[in-house]
Amino acid sequence: MRQDTKMLSARRLNHFYGELPTISSLDLDLGAGDVLGVVGPSGCGKSTLLELICGLREPTGGSLEVGGSASAAGRMDRCAYMPQRDLLLPWLSALDNASLALRNRGLSKREARRRAAELFGRFGLDGFERSRPAELSGGMRQRVAFLRTLVSEKPLLALDEPFASLDAITRAEMQSWLARALDADPRTVVLVTHDVEEALFLSDRVVVLSTRPARVVDELTSPAPRAPDRDAAVTDARFVAARERAMHALRGAGSGEPAGALR
Amino acid sequence: MKRRLAPALLLAALIGAWQLAAETGALASVLGLEDFLVPSPAEIAEALWQNRELLAENAWVTLREIVLGFAIAAVVGVGFAIALHLSETLRYATYPLIVASQTIPIIVIAPIVVVWFGFGIVPKLAIVALICFFPITVAALDGLRAADPEAIKLMRTLEGSRGQIFRRVEAPGALPSTFSGAKIAIAIAPIGAVFGEWVGASSGLGHQILQDSAQLEVARQFAAVAVLSAMAMILFGLIALAERRVVSWR
Repeated sequence: MRQDTKMLSARRLNHFYGELPTISSLDLDLGAGDVLGVVGPSGCGKSTLLELICGLREPTGGSLEVGGSASAAGRMDRCAYMPQRDLLLPWLSALDNASLALRNRGLSKREARRRAAELFGRFGLDGFERSRPAELSGGMRQRVAFLRTLVSEKPLLALDEPFASLDAITRAEMQSWLARALDADPRTVVLVTHDVEEALFLSDRVVVLSTRPARVVDELTSPAPRAPDRDAAVTDARFVAARERAMHALRGAGSGEPAGALR
Repeated sequence: MKRRLAPALLLAALIGAWQLAAETGALASVLGLEDFLVPSPAEIAEALWQNRELLAENAWVTLREIVLGFAIAAVVGVGFAIALHLSETLRYATYPLIVASQTIPIIVIAPIVVVWFGFGIVPKLAIVALICFFPITVAALDGLRAADPEAIKLMRTLEGSRGQIFRRVEAPGALPSTFSGAKIAIAIAPIGAVFGEWVGASSGLGHQILQDSAQLEVARQFAAVAVLSAMAMILFGLIALAERRVVSWR
Protein backbone atom coordinates (compact mmCIF):
# COMPACT_ATOMS: atom_id res chain seq x y z
CA MET A 1 0.00 0.00 0.00
CA ARG A 2 1.39 3.39 -0.95
CA GLN A 3 2.07 5.75 1.90
CA ASP A 4 -0.10 8.59 0.57
CA THR A 5 -3.23 6.44 0.38
CA LYS A 6 -2.89 5.13 3.92
CA MET A 7 -5.50 6.71 6.12
CA LEU A 8 -5.01 4.84 9.37
CA SER A 9 -2.08 2.98 10.76
CA ALA A 10 -1.63 1.47 14.22
CA ARG A 11 1.55 -0.32 15.27
CA ARG A 12 1.83 -2.23 18.55
CA LEU A 13 -0.81 0.08 19.95
CA ASN A 14 -1.28 -0.15 23.72
CA HIS A 15 -3.72 1.55 26.02
CA PHE A 16 -4.29 1.32 29.76
CA TYR A 17 -7.32 2.67 31.50
CA GLY A 18 -5.64 3.46 34.78
CA GLU A 19 -4.18 0.08 35.78
CA LEU A 20 -6.48 -1.81 33.43
CA PRO A 21 -5.04 -2.86 30.05
CA THR A 22 -7.68 -2.20 27.37
CA ILE A 23 -5.71 -2.58 24.15
CA SER A 24 -2.66 -4.75 23.74
CA SER A 25 -0.15 -4.60 20.91
CA LEU A 26 -2.75 -3.96 18.23
CA ASP A 27 -1.88 -3.54 14.54
CA LEU A 28 -4.30 -2.00 12.06
CA ASP A 29 -4.06 -0.58 8.55
CA LEU A 30 -6.65 1.17 6.50
CA GLY A 31 -6.31 2.60 2.99
CA ALA A 32 -8.22 5.63 1.75
CA GLY A 33 -11.72 4.67 0.60
CA ASP A 34 -11.76 1.41 2.55
CA VAL A 35 -14.43 0.38 4.99
CA LEU A 36 -13.00 -1.54 7.94
CA GLY A 37 -15.28 -3.45 10.28
CA VAL A 38 -14.09 -4.02 13.84
CA VAL A 39 -15.94 -6.71 15.80
CA GLY A 40 -15.25 -8.01 19.26
CA PRO A 41 -16.95 -9.20 22.42
CA SER A 42 -18.78 -6.65 24.59
CA GLY A 43 -16.45 -4.54 26.69
CA CYS A 44 -13.34 -5.62 24.79
CA GLY A 45 -12.16 -2.08 24.17
CA LYS A 46 -13.74 -1.41 20.77
CA SER A 47 -15.06 1.98 21.82
CA THR A 48 -11.74 2.83 23.43
CA LEU A 49 -10.04 2.01 20.13
CA LEU A 50 -12.35 4.44 18.30
CA GLU A 51 -11.76 7.14 20.90
CA LEU A 52 -8.03 6.65 20.45
CA ILE A 53 -8.37 6.94 16.66
CA CYS A 54 -10.49 10.10 17.02
CA GLY A 55 -7.97 11.77 19.30
CA LEU A 56 -10.24 11.68 22.34
CA ARG A 57 -7.65 9.56 24.17
CA GLU A 58 -3.89 9.18 23.99
CA PRO A 59 -2.25 5.76 23.48
CA THR A 60 -0.18 4.45 26.37
CA GLY A 61 2.29 2.88 23.96
CA GLY A 62 2.94 2.10 20.29
CA SER A 63 2.12 4.37 17.38
CA LEU A 64 -1.17 5.53 15.93
CA GLU A 65 -1.48 7.75 12.87
CA VAL A 66 -4.54 9.09 11.08
CA GLY A 67 -3.86 10.67 7.72
CA GLY A 68 -0.20 10.92 8.66
CA SER A 69 -0.81 12.73 11.92
CA ALA A 70 0.15 11.13 15.23
CA SER A 71 -0.97 13.91 17.59
CA ALA A 72 -4.36 13.77 19.30
CA ALA A 73 -5.35 17.16 17.86
CA GLY A 74 -4.28 16.07 14.38
CA ARG A 75 -6.27 12.85 14.62
CA MET A 76 -9.31 14.75 15.88
CA ASP A 77 -9.02 17.10 12.89
CA ARG A 78 -9.19 14.15 10.49
CA CYS A 79 -11.91 12.07 12.16
CA ALA A 80 -15.66 12.43 12.14
CA TYR A 81 -17.00 10.52 15.12
CA MET A 82 -20.45 8.99 15.37
CA PRO A 83 -21.09 7.73 18.89
CA GLN A 84 -23.20 4.78 19.95
CA ARG A 85 -26.12 6.92 21.10
CA ASP A 86 -27.27 9.57 18.64
CA LEU A 87 -26.64 12.33 21.23
CA LEU A 88 -28.76 14.78 19.28
CA LEU A 89 -29.27 17.93 21.31
CA PRO A 90 -32.98 18.00 22.24
CA TRP A 91 -33.19 21.82 22.09
CA LEU A 92 -31.98 22.03 18.49
CA SER A 93 -33.88 21.18 15.31
CA ALA A 94 -32.70 18.25 13.18
CA LEU A 95 -31.11 20.73 10.78
CA ASP A 96 -29.27 22.64 13.52
CA ASN A 97 -28.07 19.36 15.03
CA ALA A 98 -26.75 18.25 11.65
CA SER A 99 -24.95 21.54 11.07
CA LEU A 100 -23.24 21.72 14.50
CA ALA A 101 -19.75 21.16 13.09
CA LEU A 102 -20.22 24.01 10.60
CA ARG A 103 -21.52 26.34 13.30
CA ASN A 104 -18.58 25.47 15.54
CA ARG A 105 -16.30 26.25 12.62
CA GLY A 106 -17.72 29.78 12.61
CA LEU A 107 -20.15 29.65 9.70
CA SER A 108 -23.26 31.79 9.96
CA LYS A 109 -26.44 30.04 11.01
CA ARG A 110 -27.93 30.57 7.57
CA GLU A 111 -24.92 29.25 5.64
CA ALA A 112 -24.52 26.24 7.96
CA ARG A 113 -28.20 25.38 7.57
CA ARG A 114 -28.06 25.79 3.81
CA ARG A 115 -25.17 23.34 3.49
CA ALA A 116 -26.67 20.75 5.82
CA ALA A 117 -30.09 21.08 4.18
CA GLU A 118 -28.60 19.96 0.85
CA LEU A 119 -28.04 16.51 2.36
CA PHE A 120 -31.46 16.15 3.98
CA GLY A 121 -33.19 15.03 0.79
CA ARG A 122 -30.51 12.49 0.01
CA PHE A 123 -30.93 11.00 3.48
CA GLY A 124 -34.70 10.63 3.28
CA LEU A 125 -35.17 13.39 5.81
CA ASP A 126 -36.97 15.87 3.57
CA GLY A 127 -39.51 17.89 5.50
CA PHE A 128 -38.02 17.07 8.90
CA GLU A 129 -35.47 19.90 8.94
CA ARG A 130 -37.29 21.80 11.66
CA SER A 131 -38.34 18.80 13.75
CA ARG A 132 -36.92 18.39 17.21
CA PRO A 133 -35.14 15.05 17.88
CA ALA A 134 -37.99 13.93 20.16
CA GLU A 135 -40.33 14.08 17.15
CA LEU A 136 -38.21 11.71 15.04
CA SER A 137 -38.19 7.91 14.91
CA GLY A 138 -35.12 5.97 16.04
CA GLY A 139 -33.97 5.34 12.46
CA MET A 140 -34.38 9.01 11.54
CA ARG A 141 -32.46 10.16 14.58
CA GLN A 142 -29.64 7.82 13.60
CA ARG A 143 -29.67 9.24 10.07
CA VAL A 144 -29.50 12.80 11.41
CA ALA A 145 -26.57 11.71 13.60
CA PHE A 146 -24.85 10.20 10.56
CA LEU A 147 -25.52 13.37 8.58
CA ARG A 148 -23.98 15.43 11.39
CA THR A 149 -20.89 13.21 11.04
CA LEU A 150 -20.74 13.59 7.24
CA VAL A 151 -21.31 17.35 7.21
CA SER A 152 -18.01 17.94 8.99
CA GLU A 153 -16.31 16.71 5.78
CA LYS A 154 -13.45 14.97 7.48
CA PRO A 155 -11.51 12.22 5.68
CA LEU A 156 -12.16 9.37 8.17
CA LEU A 157 -15.56 8.35 9.52
CA ALA A 158 -15.41 6.59 12.88
CA LEU A 159 -18.73 4.87 13.61
CA ASP A 160 -19.30 3.33 17.04
CA GLU A 161 -22.13 0.74 16.97
CA PRO A 162 -24.23 3.17 14.92
CA PHE A 163 -27.34 0.97 14.84
CA ALA A 164 -27.07 -0.89 18.14
CA SER A 165 -29.97 1.01 19.69
CA LEU A 166 -32.42 0.19 16.88
CA ASP A 167 -34.89 -2.69 16.58
CA ALA A 168 -33.94 -5.57 14.27
CA ILE A 169 -36.03 -4.47 11.27
CA THR A 170 -34.96 -0.84 11.42
CA ARG A 171 -31.36 -1.95 11.89
CA ALA A 172 -31.46 -4.07 8.69
CA GLU A 173 -33.01 -1.14 6.81
CA MET A 174 -30.40 1.24 8.10
CA GLN A 175 -27.61 -1.13 7.11
CA SER A 176 -28.91 -1.23 3.52
CA TRP A 177 -29.31 2.52 3.63
CA LEU A 178 -25.73 3.08 4.86
CA ALA A 179 -24.44 0.66 2.19
CA ARG A 180 -26.13 2.71 -0.52
CA ALA A 181 -24.97 5.99 1.03
CA LEU A 182 -21.35 4.78 1.11
CA ASP A 183 -21.48 3.52 -2.48
CA ALA A 184 -22.90 6.83 -3.69
CA ASP A 185 -20.39 8.82 -1.65
CA PRO A 186 -17.34 6.64 -0.90
CA ARG A 187 -15.65 7.39 2.41
CA THR A 188 -12.96 5.88 4.54
CA VAL A 189 -14.74 4.28 7.45
CA VAL A 190 -13.91 2.46 10.66
CA LEU A 191 -17.08 0.70 11.76
CA VAL A 192 -17.09 -0.72 15.26
CA THR A 193 -19.88 -3.22 16.00
CA HIS A 194 -20.58 -6.36 17.98
CA ASP A 195 -22.73 -7.63 15.10
CA VAL A 196 -20.64 -9.86 12.79
CA GLU A 197 -23.27 -9.83 10.05
CA GLU A 198 -23.42 -6.02 10.07
CA ALA A 199 -19.64 -5.79 9.87
CA LEU A 200 -19.37 -8.29 7.00
CA PHE A 201 -22.21 -6.71 5.06
CA LEU A 202 -20.95 -3.12 5.31
CA SER A 203 -17.15 -3.49 5.31
CA ASP A 204 -14.50 -4.47 2.81
CA ARG A 205 -12.44 -6.01 5.57
CA VAL A 206 -13.28 -7.17 9.11
CA VAL A 207 -10.92 -7.59 12.04
CA VAL A 208 -11.97 -9.67 15.04
CA LEU A 209 -10.72 -8.49 18.42
CA SER A 210 -10.11 -10.58 21.55
CA THR A 211 -11.58 -9.88 24.97
CA ARG A 212 -9.89 -7.13 26.96
CA PRO A 213 -7.12 -6.25 26.43
CA ALA A 214 -8.05 -6.14 22.75
CA ARG A 215 -5.74 -7.53 20.11
CA VAL A 216 -6.50 -8.76 16.58
CA VAL A 217 -7.29 -12.50 16.55
CA ASP A 218 -8.51 -12.82 12.97
CA GLU A 219 -8.90 -10.75 9.83
CA LEU A 220 -11.37 -11.50 7.02
CA THR A 221 -12.19 -10.11 3.62
CA SER A 222 -15.87 -9.59 3.13
CA PRO A 223 -17.26 -11.71 0.24
CA ALA A 224 -19.85 -9.12 -0.84
CA PRO A 225 -19.32 -5.70 0.69
CA ARG A 226 -22.44 -3.48 0.51
CA ALA A 227 -24.26 -5.84 -1.89
CA PRO A 228 -27.43 -4.26 -3.33
CA ASP A 229 -29.65 -7.06 -2.06
CA ARG A 230 -28.88 -7.44 1.64
CA ASP A 231 -31.17 -10.42 2.23
CA ALA A 232 -29.63 -12.39 -0.66
CA ALA A 233 -26.10 -11.38 0.30
CA VAL A 234 -26.29 -12.51 3.92
CA THR A 235 -27.61 -15.97 2.97
CA ASP A 236 -24.97 -16.55 0.28
CA ALA A 237 -22.75 -19.56 1.07
CA ARG A 238 -19.52 -17.54 1.06
CA PHE A 239 -21.04 -14.95 3.39
CA VAL A 240 -22.27 -17.65 5.75
CA ALA A 241 -18.83 -19.27 5.74
CA ALA A 242 -17.17 -15.93 6.52
CA ARG A 243 -19.68 -15.31 9.31
CA GLU A 244 -19.01 -18.76 10.79
CA ARG A 245 -15.28 -18.13 10.72
CA ALA A 246 -15.69 -14.75 12.42
CA MET A 247 -18.03 -16.22 15.01
CA HIS A 248 -15.53 -18.99 15.67
CA ALA A 249 -12.76 -16.43 16.14
CA LEU A 250 -15.02 -14.43 18.47
CA ARG A 251 -15.86 -17.49 20.56
CA GLY A 252 -12.21 -18.44 20.75
CA ALA A 253 -11.42 -14.89 21.73
CA GLY A 254 -14.07 -14.95 24.42
CA SER A 255 -13.19 -18.28 26.04
CA GLY A 256 -9.42 -18.03 25.88
CA GLU A 257 -7.17 -16.60 28.50
CA PRO A 258 -8.86 -14.50 31.18
CA ALA A 259 -8.85 -10.77 30.64
CA GLY A 260 -5.77 -9.13 32.04
CA ALA A 261 -3.57 -12.20 31.57
CA LEU A 262 -1.98 -10.72 28.47
CA ARG A 263 -0.19 -7.92 30.23
CA MET B 1 -61.01 18.74 33.95
CA LYS B 2 -60.53 16.57 37.03
CA ARG B 3 -57.20 18.26 37.67
CA ARG B 4 -58.81 21.69 37.91
CA LEU B 5 -62.14 20.71 39.42
CA ALA B 6 -60.82 18.61 42.31
CA PRO B 7 -58.70 21.30 44.02
CA ALA B 8 -61.41 23.93 43.39
CA LEU B 9 -64.04 21.73 45.04
CA LEU B 10 -61.76 20.95 47.99
CA LEU B 11 -60.97 24.64 48.49
CA ALA B 12 -64.67 25.55 48.30
CA ALA B 13 -65.51 22.83 50.83
CA LEU B 14 -62.79 24.04 53.23
CA ILE B 15 -63.92 27.66 52.97
CA GLY B 16 -67.53 26.57 53.40
CA ALA B 17 -66.70 24.59 56.52
CA TRP B 18 -64.68 27.49 57.91
CA GLN B 19 -67.53 29.90 57.17
CA LEU B 20 -69.98 27.69 59.00
CA ALA B 21 -67.67 27.11 61.97
CA ALA B 22 -66.82 30.81 62.33
CA GLU B 23 -70.36 32.13 61.81
CA THR B 24 -71.91 29.85 64.42
CA GLY B 25 -69.12 30.72 66.87
CA ALA B 26 -68.16 27.06 67.07
CA LEU B 27 -64.57 27.69 65.98
CA ALA B 28 -64.10 30.52 68.49
CA SER B 29 -65.48 28.47 71.39
CA VAL B 30 -63.30 25.47 70.47
CA LEU B 31 -60.27 27.77 70.43
CA GLY B 32 -61.50 29.52 73.59
CA LEU B 33 -61.41 32.92 71.88
CA GLU B 34 -63.66 35.94 71.52
CA ASP B 35 -65.81 35.80 68.36
CA PHE B 36 -64.19 38.87 66.77
CA LEU B 37 -60.77 37.21 66.86
CA VAL B 38 -61.98 34.40 64.54
CA PRO B 39 -63.19 36.04 61.32
CA SER B 40 -65.21 34.08 58.79
CA PRO B 41 -64.18 34.01 55.11
CA ALA B 42 -67.03 36.43 54.37
CA GLU B 43 -65.70 38.91 56.94
CA ILE B 44 -62.18 38.55 55.50
CA ALA B 45 -63.54 39.23 52.01
CA GLU B 46 -65.32 42.28 53.36
CA ALA B 47 -62.11 43.53 55.01
CA LEU B 48 -60.30 42.91 51.74
CA TRP B 49 -62.78 45.07 49.86
CA GLN B 50 -63.02 47.86 52.42
CA ASN B 51 -59.24 48.15 52.80
CA ARG B 52 -58.49 47.65 49.12
CA GLU B 53 -56.54 50.89 48.75
CA LEU B 54 -54.40 50.32 51.83
CA LEU B 55 -53.80 46.70 50.83
CA ALA B 56 -52.91 47.63 47.24
CA GLU B 57 -50.47 50.27 48.45
CA ASN B 58 -48.73 47.85 50.79
CA ALA B 59 -48.87 45.01 48.28
CA TRP B 60 -47.10 47.19 45.73
CA VAL B 61 -44.27 47.86 48.23
CA THR B 62 -43.87 44.15 49.01
CA LEU B 63 -44.19 43.11 45.35
CA ARG B 64 -41.34 45.44 44.42
CA GLU B 65 -39.16 44.00 47.18
CA ILE B 66 -39.89 40.44 46.06
CA VAL B 67 -39.44 40.98 42.33
CA LEU B 68 -36.32 43.14 42.53
CA GLY B 69 -34.73 40.96 45.23
CA PHE B 70 -35.46 37.85 43.17
CA ALA B 71 -34.05 39.49 40.02
CA ILE B 72 -30.81 40.36 41.84
CA ALA B 73 -30.57 36.79 43.14
CA ALA B 74 -31.26 35.38 39.65
CA VAL B 75 -28.53 37.44 37.99
CA VAL B 76 -25.95 36.95 40.74
CA GLY B 77 -26.91 33.30 41.33
CA VAL B 78 -26.70 32.26 37.67
CA GLY B 79 -23.48 34.24 37.25
CA PHE B 80 -22.04 32.58 40.30
CA ALA B 81 -23.11 29.13 39.14
CA ILE B 82 -21.38 29.70 35.78
CA ALA B 83 -18.20 30.88 37.49
CA LEU B 84 -18.23 27.89 39.86
CA HIS B 85 -18.86 25.56 36.92
CA LEU B 86 -15.97 26.93 34.87
CA SER B 87 -13.46 27.13 37.72
CA GLU B 88 -12.88 24.01 39.77
CA THR B 89 -10.68 25.96 42.21
CA LEU B 90 -13.40 28.50 42.83
CA ARG B 91 -15.94 25.71 43.28
CA TYR B 92 -13.86 23.86 45.85
CA ALA B 93 -13.09 27.08 47.67
CA THR B 94 -16.54 28.66 47.87
CA TYR B 95 -19.14 25.90 47.65
CA PRO B 96 -18.83 24.81 51.31
CA LEU B 97 -19.10 28.46 52.35
CA ILE B 98 -22.25 28.95 50.27
CA VAL B 99 -23.82 25.91 51.90
CA ALA B 100 -22.68 27.01 55.37
CA SER B 101 -24.18 30.47 54.81
CA GLN B 102 -27.58 28.81 54.44
CA THR B 103 -27.40 27.26 57.90
CA ILE B 104 -27.71 30.71 59.48
CA PRO B 105 -31.43 31.46 59.78
CA ILE B 106 -32.55 34.49 57.80
CA ILE B 107 -34.36 35.79 60.94
CA VAL B 108 -30.96 36.21 62.55
CA ILE B 109 -29.43 37.92 59.53
CA ALA B 110 -32.33 40.30 58.91
CA PRO B 111 -31.71 42.63 61.92
CA ILE B 112 -28.03 42.91 61.02
CA VAL B 113 -28.87 43.82 57.43
CA VAL B 114 -31.24 46.51 58.70
CA VAL B 115 -28.54 47.91 61.00
CA TRP B 116 -26.24 48.12 58.00
CA PHE B 117 -28.60 49.37 55.32
CA GLY B 118 -31.27 51.30 57.24
CA PHE B 119 -35.03 51.22 56.83
CA GLY B 120 -35.43 51.77 53.07
CA ILE B 121 -35.93 49.19 50.35
CA VAL B 122 -32.24 48.17 50.27
CA PRO B 123 -32.22 45.84 53.32
CA LYS B 124 -35.41 44.13 52.07
CA LEU B 125 -33.82 43.54 48.66
CA ALA B 126 -30.72 42.19 50.37
CA ILE B 127 -32.74 39.78 52.50
CA VAL B 128 -34.94 38.57 49.60
CA ALA B 129 -31.84 38.18 47.41
CA LEU B 130 -30.04 36.25 50.16
CA ILE B 131 -32.94 33.84 50.53
CA CYS B 132 -33.36 33.35 46.73
CA PHE B 133 -29.68 33.13 45.91
CA PHE B 134 -29.10 29.65 47.31
CA PRO B 135 -31.73 27.58 45.43
CA ILE B 136 -30.97 29.38 42.16
CA THR B 137 -27.19 28.93 42.42
CA VAL B 138 -27.35 25.30 43.49
CA ALA B 139 -29.93 24.35 40.84
CA ALA B 140 -28.10 26.17 38.03
CA LEU B 141 -24.77 24.65 39.03
CA ASP B 142 -26.27 21.15 39.22
CA GLY B 143 -27.82 21.68 35.79
CA LEU B 144 -24.52 22.78 34.27
CA ARG B 145 -22.68 19.85 35.81
CA ALA B 146 -25.31 17.36 34.65
CA ALA B 147 -24.34 17.80 30.99
CA ASP B 148 -23.81 14.42 29.30
CA PRO B 149 -20.02 13.85 29.10
CA GLU B 150 -20.59 11.88 25.90
CA ALA B 151 -22.27 14.89 24.29
CA ILE B 152 -19.32 17.06 25.32
CA LYS B 153 -16.92 14.52 23.83
CA LEU B 154 -18.92 14.55 20.62
CA MET B 155 -18.85 18.36 20.52
CA ARG B 156 -15.07 18.24 20.81
CA THR B 157 -14.89 16.01 17.72
CA LEU B 158 -17.20 18.50 15.99
CA GLU B 159 -14.57 21.16 16.62
CA GLY B 160 -16.45 22.77 19.49
CA SER B 161 -14.39 25.18 21.60
CA ARG B 162 -14.89 25.44 25.38
CA GLY B 163 -17.14 28.45 24.84
CA GLN B 164 -19.18 26.72 22.13
CA ILE B 165 -19.60 23.63 24.29
CA PHE B 166 -20.87 25.86 27.08
CA ARG B 167 -23.23 27.81 24.81
CA ARG B 168 -24.64 24.94 22.78
CA VAL B 169 -24.61 22.01 25.22
CA GLU B 170 -24.16 22.94 28.87
CA ALA B 171 -26.17 26.16 29.13
CA PRO B 172 -29.35 24.94 27.37
CA GLY B 173 -29.14 21.66 29.27
CA ALA B 174 -29.01 23.56 32.57
CA LEU B 175 -32.19 25.55 31.87
CA PRO B 176 -34.78 23.06 33.23
CA SER B 177 -32.90 22.70 36.50
CA THR B 178 -32.32 26.46 36.77
CA PHE B 179 -36.04 27.07 36.36
CA SER B 180 -36.76 24.59 39.15
CA GLY B 181 -34.42 26.58 41.39
CA ALA B 182 -36.11 29.82 40.36
CA LYS B 183 -39.54 28.38 41.20
CA ILE B 184 -38.37 27.38 44.68
CA ALA B 185 -36.79 30.81 45.11
CA ILE B 186 -39.89 32.78 44.13
CA ALA B 187 -42.03 30.66 46.44
CA ILE B 188 -39.86 31.50 49.46
CA ALA B 189 -39.08 35.09 48.44
CA PRO B 190 -42.14 36.49 50.30
CA ILE B 191 -40.68 35.08 53.55
CA GLY B 192 -37.64 37.27 53.04
CA ALA B 193 -39.71 40.33 52.21
CA VAL B 194 -41.94 39.88 55.27
CA PHE B 195 -38.98 39.36 57.63
CA GLY B 196 -37.32 42.42 56.16
CA GLU B 197 -40.42 44.45 56.89
CA TRP B 198 -40.86 43.02 60.38
CA VAL B 199 -37.38 44.09 61.37
CA GLY B 200 -37.94 47.65 60.27
CA ALA B 201 -40.38 49.18 57.81
CA SER B 202 -43.15 51.75 57.58
CA SER B 203 -45.04 50.06 54.72
CA GLY B 204 -45.55 46.73 53.01
CA LEU B 205 -47.82 43.74 53.68
CA GLY B 206 -45.50 42.33 56.34
CA HIS B 207 -45.53 45.65 58.17
CA GLN B 208 -49.31 45.82 57.92
CA ILE B 209 -49.76 42.26 59.20
CA LEU B 210 -47.66 43.18 62.25
CA GLN B 211 -49.68 46.35 62.91
CA ASP B 212 -53.04 44.59 62.45
CA SER B 213 -51.88 41.98 64.91
CA ALA B 214 -51.11 44.64 67.51
CA GLN B 215 -54.47 46.34 66.89
CA LEU B 216 -56.40 43.03 66.81
CA GLU B 217 -57.60 43.81 63.26
CA VAL B 218 -57.69 40.07 62.62
CA ALA B 219 -59.93 40.14 59.52
CA ARG B 220 -57.66 42.69 57.80
CA GLN B 221 -54.64 40.66 58.86
CA PHE B 222 -56.10 37.60 57.14
CA ALA B 223 -56.87 39.73 54.08
CA ALA B 224 -53.22 40.84 53.90
CA VAL B 225 -52.08 37.22 54.18
CA ALA B 226 -54.45 36.29 51.33
CA VAL B 227 -53.02 39.07 49.14
CA LEU B 228 -49.45 38.01 49.92
CA SER B 229 -50.21 34.40 49.10
CA ALA B 230 -52.02 35.31 45.87
CA MET B 231 -49.07 37.45 44.82
CA ALA B 232 -46.61 34.61 45.39
CA MET B 233 -48.80 32.19 43.45
CA ILE B 234 -49.06 34.56 40.50
CA LEU B 235 -45.29 35.08 40.45
CA PHE B 236 -44.78 31.31 40.60
CA GLY B 237 -47.21 30.91 37.71
CA LEU B 238 -45.34 33.50 35.65
CA ILE B 239 -42.05 31.65 36.10
CA ALA B 240 -43.71 28.33 35.23
CA LEU B 241 -45.09 30.01 32.10
CA ALA B 242 -41.66 31.36 31.15
CA GLU B 243 -40.23 27.89 31.72
CA ARG B 244 -42.75 26.34 29.34
CA ARG B 245 -41.81 28.86 26.66
CA VAL B 246 -38.04 28.68 27.11
CA VAL B 247 -37.70 24.94 27.73
CA SER B 248 -39.89 24.17 24.74
CA TRP B 249 -38.28 20.80 23.97
CA ARG B 250 -39.73 19.17 27.08
